[in-house]
Amino acid sequence: MLDRSASQGLPPLPGVGYKAQHFSNIMDGAGPVAWLEIHAENYMGDGGRPLAQLRHLAERFPISVHGVGLSIGGEGRLDRSHLSRLKHLVGWLDPASFSEHLAWSTHGAEFLNDLLPLPYTERTLARVIDHIDEVQETVGCRMLLENPSVYVSFAETNLGEIEFLTEIARRTGCGLLLDVNNVFVSCTNRRTDPQDYIDSFPHRLVGEIHLGGHDEDSDDTGQPLLIDAHGSAVVDPVWQLYARAIAVGGAKPTLIEWDNDVPEWPVLAAEAARAARILDRVPA
Amino acid sequence: MSHSMKTLAIASSLAAALTAHFAAPAAAQENEKCFGVSLAGQNDCAAGPGTTCAGTSKVDYQGNAWKMVPAGTCTTMELPDGRMGSLEALDRDLPQG
Amino acid sequence: MSQGDFRAALLDPDLPVPAGITDPEGRPAPRRFNVYRNNVTVSLTEALRQAFPVVRALVGEDFFTAMARVHLRAHPPRSPLLMLYGEDMPAFLEAFEPVRHLGYLPDVARLELALRRSYHAADADPVRPEALQSLPPERFLASRIAFAPAARLLRSRWPVATIWAANTRGGPQPRAAVAEDVLITRAGYDPEPALLPAGAGPFIAALMNGENLSEALEKAPEFDLTATLGILISGGAITGIS
Repeated sequence: MLDRSASQGLPPLPGVGYKAQHFSNIMDGAGPVAWLEIHAENYMGDGGRPLAQLRHLAERFPISVHGVGLSIGGEGRLDRSHLSRLKHLVGWLDPASFSEHLAWSTHGAEFLNDLLPLPYTERTLARVIDHIDEVQETVGCRMLLENPSVYVSFAETNLGEIEFLTEIARRTGCGLLLDVNNVFVSCTNRRTDPQDYIDSFPHRLVGEIHLGGHDEDSDDTGQPLLIDAHGSAVVDPVWQLYARAIAVGGAKPTLIEWDNDVPEWPVLAAEAARAARILDRVPA
Repeated sequence: MSHSMKTLAIASSLAAALTAHFAAPAAAQENEKCFGVSLAGQNDCAAGPGTTCAGTSKVDYQGNAWKMVPAGTCTTMELPDGRMGSLEALDRDLPQG
Repeated sequence: MSQGDFRAALLDPDLPVPAGITDPEGRPAPRRFNVYRNNVTVSLTEALRQAFPVVRALVGEDFFTAMARVHLRAHPPRSPLLMLYGEDMPAFLEAFEPVRHLGYLPDVARLELALRRSYHAADADPVRPEALQSLPPERFLASRIAFAPAARLLRSRWPVATIWAANTRGGPQPRAAVAEDVLITRAGYDPEPALLPAGAGPFIAALMNGENLSEALEKAPEFDLTATLGILISGGAITGIS
């Protein structure tokens, strides 16, 4: 079992998104899975089983807190009460990592429960930087920002996504979370080359990698439109992009995300084992 | 109820409730230490929804027109007067006051 | 494009895709925008399905899914804490014409909401039954009771506990439209809705309102006090006596 403390961060090994139905499997021996990721919002209740399980897991595994509800790309101000809940969670849990998305999900008082896209412009860049400054100051730790899965283009976008993310990291000091499946999904949807994206990415800023499954659909012109559904195994082209990413950037903590149609534990563990075999081939 | 009757009632009821409690199998108390291992899924029936950061390819956003009628177990809820599907208008059976 | 326009079009499929949202070649791309419409609609529908399994069983899957779509558009979540989504459902059901004849449905939704709030409520150590045993009756009678944060009382004019059990545990169907009071307790991590003995509702309500046992007994003329205390004790609902 791994000793852990916040200063150590996540190990450059496979982790999985934690699902309550896998609790006993994990406690019985997690195999290739060296750490767990939770969605922050699911552990913001006052007590009960979710928090009891989390306290128990945190004694044995490094935990990554992954927020899905902060709406960092939102036009409005960040939700202060949500920020303080996040501060509370990170405070008592002392996780090995904290990450959020380049997306928005809240408008006014409404939470729309999806990671919605934003155009990349100087104006949106300034807003996201302000928000990340506020998050890092309030929560009191460095965060990782994840590249999104995107389905549409914006007429007003005039900055590239990598340029946008790199500038945010430079000006806020945050790190980046490279979701390789999102790269594959977004590049396919934008009809650009995912290998170029991986090759151009600032890997020195990457603190964590995500892998997950997607669904295939088609757009208005009949061309492929991929949807980041997290309901199936990671596909071979994404594994190949992943191998390329860590060959360039070095071994990184690597998460298998499976949120819909969650499989039995052995299926998830097999995905983690596949990531472990690829990680074994590169120096940390 | 007079004060002395209340004292008597509470004393005997508390004693009886405690006797029953101590006589009950300890399984429920053991469960307090359980984090949901053996009964996973079943245990979490009251957990409610969690968040996701994933999308979906299911198509379900369309449709506003409304012509449906409930078709679940409410239709088989049979009441003594033979009425099917509804407990409505049975207020007369409710205790008064 | 403003996020307000984006949000409006997300929740209203009759609105056009907001200006400036296109495919990579700058052409209109409604199918692409519809991915977001689907994500929001399907994920919130699924959240409501999980939140209200008994309401869903009562009205049927297809009806519930269609009703959820109407509900989520009128009442999107107001917090990223999705576990508590659905607080507007009881009032919605009261006004929603196709279920107006199912008068008990709003209270079933209230019970399901209360169970979830109980599940996520703060932990608290109950008073040890041994401590109650040694309490002189006179003192007990003058005591106020502190309830566990997970304890919830639902007083219904419908047989809500019986309907709930019939649709979750294969319990018997309700035999009549009698009123039922339910006390949700959580000994450990699983909330349990206990049907209170007839007439005990006002007693528990008075205790929760901070009245002492003697005062609370005045509020309830006739009920099974032993069984009621049994539910409080075995459910770990009492966390303090003062």
